[in-house]
Amino acid sequence: MSENGDDGTELATNDGQRFDRLPATEEDREVSGRASREEVLDWWDDRFGIPPETFEEASFWEKGKGKIWILDGDLESPVHIEALGMTFLRTRQRHWKPTTNAAQRFGRRATKNVVELDGEQARRFARGEDQEIEWDGDWGYLIAAHEIAGEIEPLGVGLFLHGELQSLVPGGRQRDL
Amino acid sequence: MDPLERYEPILDDFEAFRAACERPLPSVVRVNRIKATREQATRAFDEENVEWTPREWNENVLEIEGKPGNTWPSFHGWTHGQEEVSSIPAFVLDPEPGERVLDSCAAPGSKTTQLAALMDDTGLVVANDSNLGRLSALRFNTERLGVTCAAVTNQDARNFSLKPFGLSAFDAALVDVPCSCEGTVRKNPTALDDWGLDHIEGVAGVQKGILRRAVQATREGGTVVYSTCTFAPEENEAVLDYVLAREDCRLVEYDIGLRSEPGLTEWHGDEFDESIRKAKRFYPHHNDTGGFFCAKLEVGQ
Repeated sequence: MSENGDDGTELATNDGQRFDRLPATEEDREVSGRASREEVLDWWDDRFGIPPETFEEASFWEKGKGKIWILDGDLESPVHIEALGMTFLRTRQRHWKPTTNAAQRFGRRATKNVVELDGEQARRFARGEDQEIEWDGDWGYLIAAHEIAGEIEPLGVGLFLHGELQSLVPGGRQRDL
Repeated sequence: MDPLERYEPILDDFEAFRAACERPLPSVVRVNRIKATREQATRAFDEENVEWTPREWNENVLEIEGKPGNTWPSFHGWTHGQEEVSSIPAFVLDPEPGERVLDSCAAPGSKTTQLAALMDDTGLVVANDSNLGRLSALRFNTERLGVTCAAVTNQDARNFSLKPFGLSAFDAALVDVPCSCEGTVRKNPTALDDWGLDHIEGVAGVQKGILRRAVQATREGGTVVYSTCTFAPEENEAVLDYVLAREDCRLVEYDIGLRSEPGLTEWHGDEFDESIRKAKRFYPHHNDTGGFFCAKLEVGQ
């Protein structure tokens, strides 16, 4: 399967074994289905209200199918190594999904789609349990947060559907607190 | 044979040393400044009724009661359980934000994440390890602690290539080599079960190769920190002596605020360069820690 770019040239397919920098905009896309930097920044802004300036100094990379990584600074693309910066976002699926670690790292700046949990709810979330919660905002991926040391701190990513918040904390990050 | 007995002649109080080696280690965490301030971390511990005591030599190193992993600050990546002496080399390296630093033997990543934090998560920390299986632990820790400035490579550190990064040299390198781990008996009572002089000689050969390559990969005027968690002079002073004679570098003084003894200039008939006194030996009975060795080098004359 191939896809044509705006100028009619055929687009390359993603090489999942190396890091390729995301194109700046959709017009610069050379690899089929690859998200652009602009789309990634817009997505965090639209979904969580995290302003694009937050990521001014960062570059974004794809390695693996739809796995987007964030690196402070920049390097010549492509890069053949094991890991580059932090896993940040899953694309190439209908609903893009942020990683737990990106939500913890950047979620303090979020102004929408943040669900604040109380003490017991936060402990259940950290254990990886699903729970019914009161939430009349958007469905889909939310940043779950709780109050600690006088501030609201992100716990990770939850999926809210039909009155239930699923904890998406990966097994290795789950804790019984 | 008792492996630690051979250090009796170089220790001030062998009985105190032996007794310390038999006690378990206190539980210590380092505050991860990428995600939190010391005040936030200690306030969160207070809210959970977890008792904490700052270490005198560094306020970001805290002794805490209980398991360090089962606290909210740990879940959020505000703190990282790290043995006290293991935090020495990154503090000695003291990298600046924006610098490019090589961590030759990085897994499982305590020192990589500490370097990134000291650099305010800017610049580039190349975290290398030759063991592919250990890279998952390294990646788990960099991500949990919110590091975005690290790049992970899987190379033999003895012939490390800078090619993937288009760099000609690093500003600094941390060389925390695989070793015979004699200093970790308090954490792991079976650490000395496979001890043998042939093992020490073998691992020393690898250490020499790794340190040489790190010096070559660091720019003129840059810093290289060499460390081990062992007492064996064959892996410490003898490795430094070998590399000093072959690469363009010199030992420099540093101050860390913990009690230490100077590097040895003689061991079992071998004499080492006088400057190796600037390296430091950390003994379990002096600061109630594990055992450690750390030297700071400057590249170029």
